[in-house]
Amino acid sequence: MGVDLTNFAESVGDQTAGPAWIIGQQTRVTAPTGVRQVQAPSGIYDLQPDEMTVVCGAGTSINELQEALGAVGQYVNLPLKSSDSGTVGGALAQGHGDIYRLGRGALRDTLLQVRFVNHDGHVVMAGGPTVKNVSGFDLCRLFVGSFGQLGFIGETILRTRPLPRSSRWFYIEQTSMSSTDAILQRVYRPASVLTNGQSVWFCIEGHPLDCDDTIKQLTPILANIVEVSGPPDLRSFPYRRSVSPVQLSKLFSSETEDSHLIVEAGVGIIHSKAPTQSPDIEPPVALIHQRILHEFNPTGRLNPGINLISGMTQ
Amino acid sequence: MTSDVYVQPISQRLVNQLRQALDLRRVHTEAADIDLYKSDASNIKGRAGIVCFPVTTREVQAIVRICAEFNQPFVARGSGTGLAGGATPIDGSVVISTAKMNRLISVDPVNRLAWIEPGMLNLDLTREVSRHDLHFAPDPSSQQSCTIGGNVANNSGGPHCLADGVTSSHILACEVVLSDGSLVMLGGEEPEPHGLDLRGAFIGSEGMFGITTKICVRLTQNYTAVKTMLMDFTTVQAGAETVSAIIAAGMVPAALEMMDQLCLEAVEAYIHADLPTDAAAALLVEVSGLPHAVNEEALRITDIGRSHGARTIRVAQDEAERALLWKGRKTAFGAIARIKPNYYLHDTVVPRRKLNEVLQEVYRIAREHDLLVLNVFHAGDGNLHPLLVFDKREPGVMERVHSAGQEIVRVSVEAGGVLSGEHGIGLEKRDFMPMMFGPHDLQAQASMRSAFDPLGIANPFKVLPSPSSCGDAHDIGEGMWV
Repeated sequence: MGVDLTNFAESVGDQTAGPAWIIGQQTRVTAPTGVRQVQAPSGIYDLQPDEMTVVCGAGTSINELQEALGAVGQYVNLPLKSSDSGTVGGALAQGHGDIYRLGRGALRDTLLQVRFVNHDGHVVMAGGPTVKNVSGFDLCRLFVGSFGQLGFIGETILRTRPLPRSSRWFYIEQTSMSSTDAILQRVYRPASVLTNGQSVWFCIEGHPLDCDDTIKQLTPILANIVEVSGPPDLRSFPYRRSVSPVQLSKLFSSETEDSHLIVEAGVGIIHSKAPTQSPDIEPPVALIHQRILHEFNPTGRLNPGINLISGMTQ
Repeated sequence: MTSDVYVQPISQRLVNQLRQALDLRRVHTEAADIDLYKSDASNIKGRAGIVCFPVTTREVQAIVRICAEFNQPFVARGSGTGLAGGATPIDGSVVISTAKMNRLISVDPVNRLAWIEPGMLNLDLTREVSRHDLHFAPDPSSQQSCTIGGNVANNSGGPHCLADGVTSSHILACEVVLSDGSLVMLGGEEPEPHGLDLRGAFIGSEGMFGITTKICVRLTQNYTAVKTMLMDFTTVQAGAETVSAIIAAGMVPAALEMMDQLCLEAVEAYIHADLPTDAAAALLVEVSGLPHAVNEEALRITDIGRSHGARTIRVAQDEAERALLWKGRKTAFGAIARIKPNYYLHDTVVPRRKLNEVLQEVYRIAREHDLLVLNVFHAGDGNLHPLLVFDKREPGVMERVHSAGQEIVRVSVEAGGVLSGEHGIGLEKRDFMPMMFGPHDLQAQASMRSAFDPLGIANPFKVLPSPSSCGDAHDIGEGMWV
């Protein structure tokens, strides 16, 4: 059962109406004024727990999707339910994973198949409906994080996963990066390890008794581990950048005001209070970007103003 | 669109330039030397013009620049274990073997990263990092001989990819030589490099976007507990339904493999593991992780198996028994030589709930084509591997094999499945792409390819049917399904 994209395609492909901006709940990127706005279909069309896949419109609210999946003991690796989680299409277009990436994997692995509307209004399919597929080139991964520049996503087939038996957060105050290294090395596949250079929060998922055993084994090495209700509140750290996880320890040794950052150890995402400029893309890589954009969005009418190469989308 | 490529006969000037760029001994042109490179492990034979063995990225760049100057197609090759003709050279292409670029460059055990060269063997990487209690998760059955570069080209899978994902989930960055000889780094150690995910696009591009010369892999922690079970059933249907029931119950085992009766008989005769040769099907199920979770999941899976009619459930009692059960699974393809001298291995994926329906179709197709078929496959992700066994000396048998194969692909796609789960498209299934993709879908893929390789000389004529690739194959490889 698929999503009817006829009206969406006609709307996007209407060349006489000029450029188009796709909007969801506008929790990630705000549409510029003066550009025609279009919205992708929403709704869950086919949820198959024994396939671990779900078919939904790109305009579907992530909250609605996670709720429906939770009812069958599953979730999808998009940002978790919250007041500002936005739509499926928005999360994929932005491509940012959440703080559980260390254990749950990258967001880009979630998208199995996409049907999108291209710059001249044709519906194009990429990927495949099964959890494993190497039929043709992997256009799906290219779409994740493309900010609507390659086409507007209408329908997605997403990989789902079983909800963990338990998901528990722990906290260690007044510690150092060596503690995060110890957690990364000694905890079996932690779901998340966050630090501000002075304190560490980490999440262990799985069987509750395994979690208990893990903490018991850590206690002789790391003192004062306490269980907490959840991760630190990152709303006051609205900016993010991506670095090699190897660089994180150097970052804290050089930063004077550590409280301005929280980092995802073992991953390399830095959440900060102040905006930072992404480094420019190397010229040969930028050239491939330009060629791809020329092929997929030759007149620039899809989401005009987004610049994937210079980092304006931060 | 990709520009047309008209393959020239190999000129002496091209040979001379390659010999200047590389050590003379690493540019092979003699028929006896290059004949070995006319195909990969598929049945599709092509023709190599020159075979080069670079040892550095600079040498790969030099070879590719020379090919670009002569508008000469090139084909990257690792160990040649591919099964879809992806590394089969067409019409005298230059074969660039990365087999000698096989070093482990660095390992970061805390952040679980390693940089390697593309010719490193899959199993060698896991052996090298095992002292850090880490491994490389993708484990194709050919892992003793396939290269990581080849895994990247095919986005390879393996039995243990059910829980941990296929190659793309374990590659952070690829240094790539593009078809004009320029060098780019796609992706990086950072998790979200700015811009498009060109790394993701490159993985699985079957050598048609460029040649990778350095790879950053994500390593996976070794489990602390494991249970391996073999459960057998009197019907294939009961085995297939057990697979769906396990997944629906919220468990993703580390591996969930199925073997049918003919396969069990062949393997048992080969390894003598006391396999249930009178069963219609057997499931090899492995759960791994931490002890409490492993014990609980093993019990739940056992209960599900029993409720679906499992006749016996054998739990490996030690590492030796576990290794024996896995040996049966991983050497199944060798075991079939006892039945017939030749085989054709297929690779499609179907929704799990359609496993039984499609398997029954596979048996019907084999029967109607008077062929024997064995099934040994990754049931957990619906990845079928019907194995047609035959004696190619029998007149007319190859036509029946190809016809049956085409029909197996068709019924898989019609059941909501896909053309390939892990072998890729290559030459073998290139002309089946329209079964799954429409003209606009194929055009989008061709556009992506031409953005990476506007010259159209990186492994041309593969994956995309000719109207989409605008290539001009002069020669059809022996064994192609066209």
